[in-house]
Amino acid sequence: MPKKRIITSSEAINEATIIAMKKDKNVYVIGEGVNDPKEIFGTTKNLKKIFGKKRVIETPISENGMTGLCIGSAMMGLKPIQVHQRVDFALLALEQIINNCAKAFFVSNSKHTVPIVIRLIIGRGWGQGPMHSQILDSLFAQIPGLKVIMPSMPRDFKGMMLSAIKDPNPVIVLEHRWLHNIKGSVPKKFYSQNINKPNKIKNGKDLTIVANGYNLLEVLEIQKILNSEGISFDLFDLNVIQPLNTDSIISSVKKTGRIIVIDSGFKNLGIGSEIVTRISENCLENLKSKPVRIGLPFMPTPSTRFLANNYYPNKKTILCAILDILKKGKNKIKLEKKLKNNIPIDVPDLSFKGPF
Amino acid sequence: MISNNNLKSLYKDILKIRIVEEGISDRYSEQEMRCPIHLSIGQEAIAVGVCKNLNDKDQIVSNHRCHAHYIAKGGDINKMINEFYGNSDGCTGGRGGSMHLFDQNKGVLSSVPIVSSAIPLGVGAGFYFKYNKQNNVAVIFLGDAAIEEGVFYESLNYAKILSLPILFVCENNLFSCFTDIKERQPKNLIKKISKTFDIKTSFLDGNDTINIFNKTKKIISEIKKNKQPQFILLDTFRMFEHCGPNKDDYLNYRNPKLIKKWDKNCPLKKMEKLLISKKILSLKQISDIKDKYKVKIDNIFKKCRKKKFKGPNLKEIKLYA
Ligand SMILES: Cc1ncc(C[n+]2csc(CCOP(=O)(O)OP(=O)(O)O)c2C)c(N)n1
Repeated sequence: MPKKRIITSSEAINEATIIAMKKDKNVYVIGEGVNDPKEIFGTTKNLKKIFGKKRVIETPISENGMTGLCIGSAMMGLKPIQVHQRVDFALLALEQIINNCAKAFFVSNSKHTVPIVIRLIIGRGWGQGPMHSQILDSLFAQIPGLKVIMPSMPRDFKGMMLSAIKDPNPVIVLEHRWLHNIKGSVPKKFYSQNINKPNKIKNGKDLTIVANGYNLLEVLEIQKILNSEGISFDLFDLNVIQPLNTDSIISSVKKTGRIIVIDSGFKNLGIGSEIVTRISENCLENLKSKPVRIGLPFMPTPSTRFLANNYYPNKKTILCAILDILKKGKNKIKLEKKLKNNIPIDVPDLSFKGPF
Repeated sequence: MISNNNLKSLYKDILKIRIVEEGISDRYSEQEMRCPIHLSIGQEAIAVGVCKNLNDKDQIVSNHRCHAHYIAKGGDINKMINEFYGNSDGCTGGRGGSMHLFDQNKGVLSSVPIVSSAIPLGVGAGFYFKYNKQNNVAVIFLGDAAIEEGVFYESLNYAKILSLPILFVCENNLFSCFTDIKERQPKNLIKKISKTFDIKTSFLDGNDTINIFNKTKKIISEIKKNKQPQFILLDTFRMFEHCGPNKDDYLNYRNPKLIKKWDKNCPLKKMEKLLISKKILSLKQISDIKDKYKVKIDNIFKKCRKKKFKGPNLKEIKLYA
C-alpha cells in the first residue's frame, strides 16, 4: 500500500482551489486578503502566481458589493469562490446572500443558477471576542436556497470544497480557524464528496452523538477513552448542515435510544434544536432518556480567556454529558483524568502564538 | 443624425410600454393582477433611449420599477402580463410577480425590488464581460433613492477599480415614494457622487428620447472601447402613484406646477409631435399604429386573465438546482 500523504486542512483547501481552477477556467477567487502575504491562513497560497490577478481578485473592503458582483457573474456563468476572513465580516453581505444569492434560482423559475462558494472563517481564541468569533450556522441554515457545510477533517476540506465548487447552488462553507492546522491523510488527486447529508463516522451501540467542526475532534478523543471502557456510540459528523438530512440520525436513535447533539453555534435555536425536534416527531417512543443538547450559551463571545473558559463546550463537558446520559456519572473523575488537557483554553495547540 | 426608421422605432417602443401600463391601470381594479405594480408612465424615454443602443447579449438590471426597462430591452410582453396575473406562464412562473421581471434571451438579467440590490448584480455582469473578454456592456438602472444605499457606493468603486464596461443610468424622478430628494440628500450630491469616483458622468433630460438615444449611443461605444464605466443622470418624473394603478396627486406631496411642467414634457406626446412635424408619420398613421398595438396588447391581457395556473404545486418546486 502506498504511504498516506499527510497535509493540513489549509493545505487541503489550497489544493482543492488549485485543482478546481485548473479544471475550470470559470472558477475565480475573490476576497479581502486573498492576495496578501498571509494568503488567508495559507489557503490562497500561490494562487496569484499560478492564475494571475485576473482570476485571483483582491477587493476593496465592501462585502455586500462584492457578493452582489459574485452573484451577478455567477448568473452569467462564472464560478466565484468568495472568501471572508471572518463570518462576522460577511454580515455586511447578508442582504445579497439572503435576497439574491439564495433566491435567484427560485425567483427565476429555475433558470438562473448561482454556483458560488462563500468561505466564512470562524475565529476562536486569543481574545477574538464578540465580533471575530461568531459562528451563526443556524442563521445561514435558516435560509432556503443556501447549502451550508462545515468540514472538519483535512480530507473533507478538500473533497467537500471540490464538491461545493462543482455544485450549481450557492454553498456557504463554515471553516473553523482551529481546524486549519489539523493534519490528516488527503488524497492527491481530484475527488468529490457528498454535500447532501451528514457523514456517519463511527458505529456504536450505547448512544448517538451528532457533532461538527472543532467539537468533532474533541468527541473523537473522548471516544478513544470510552471505547476502552466498553462504551461505544454512533457518531455523525454533521458536516452538511443544509440540506439538513436527518434520516440516518433518526435511524440511529431508533437503535440506540439516546442522543446528544453538540452545536458549534448557539444551543438556543441551534441546529440541535431542530434535530431533537425531528427525533421527538419521529421516534419519541424509542428514547430511553431525554435528548441532550450542548452548545454555546446565548450570549456574545467574551474576549478574555477567563470567561471564554466557560463559554465553549470542552472535552470535559462533553464527556460528562455522555456519562450522565448513560447513568455512569460515578466514573467521571476517573475518566476525566484521562483527557489530555495540557494546552491553554484559548489556543488550538501550543504552536499557536496569536494574534489570529 | 438619427434616421427616420430609428425615430419610428423609438416611438413605437414608448407606445408599447405606455399601452401595457395603461392596460394595467385600467384593469387593476378587477383585482385579478394581485401583485404590487410600479408604473413607469412618464419615464419611458430613458428605458427606450438607452436600450435601443443595446443588443441581446448586453445585460440590464433593474429595480421595482422595471416594466419599461424590460419591454425596451425586448422582454417578452406575453410572459410579463402572465406574471402580473400570477400565471405559471409568467416570466418567473408566478414566483416573483411584477418586481422580478427578467428575460434571459433578451439580456434582462434581473430586476430586484430591494432598493439598490440589483446594482452589484449589474457590476457582476460587467465583470463577466471583462473576464471573458466579451465586448458587451452591462447597464444598471437605478432610481434617485438608490444612491442613498451603501452598496451603490461599493458598486461604483468596484466598477471603477476593476475597469468594468458598465453604464449606470440614474433616473432622478425627485421622489422616493412620497419623500422629496431635498429631504433625503444634500443638494447636488446626486450630480457629484459618480465624479468623485472618477467616473465620467453626463447629465441629460430624461424625457428627451432622441437626445438620450444619441448620447447613449456615443457613451456605450466609448465604454466598449475604453472599458471604463460611465454614469448618466437623467431628470424625469413619474406621472402615477409610486405603487398602484392611479394618480395620487390629491395627496399634495408634489408641487402642482411641477406636475404640470412634466405633464407637458410627456415623452410620448413629444415624440408624436416630432414625428408629425417632421412628416415622418401622419396623424392618421399614428392613430392606426396605436389602434394596432392596443388591440394586440388588449388581447394578451384577455388571454392571460383567462389562464389557469398550471403548476407545479408548492411541493414540486425544487429548492436547489
Ligand atoms: C432596501 C429597501 N428599502 C426600502 C424599500 C421600500 N421602497 C420601495 S421603492 C422605494 C423608493 C425608491 O425610490 P427610487 O429608487 O428613487 O425609485 P422610484 O420609486 O422613484 O422609481 C422604497 C423606499 C425597499 N424596497 N428596499
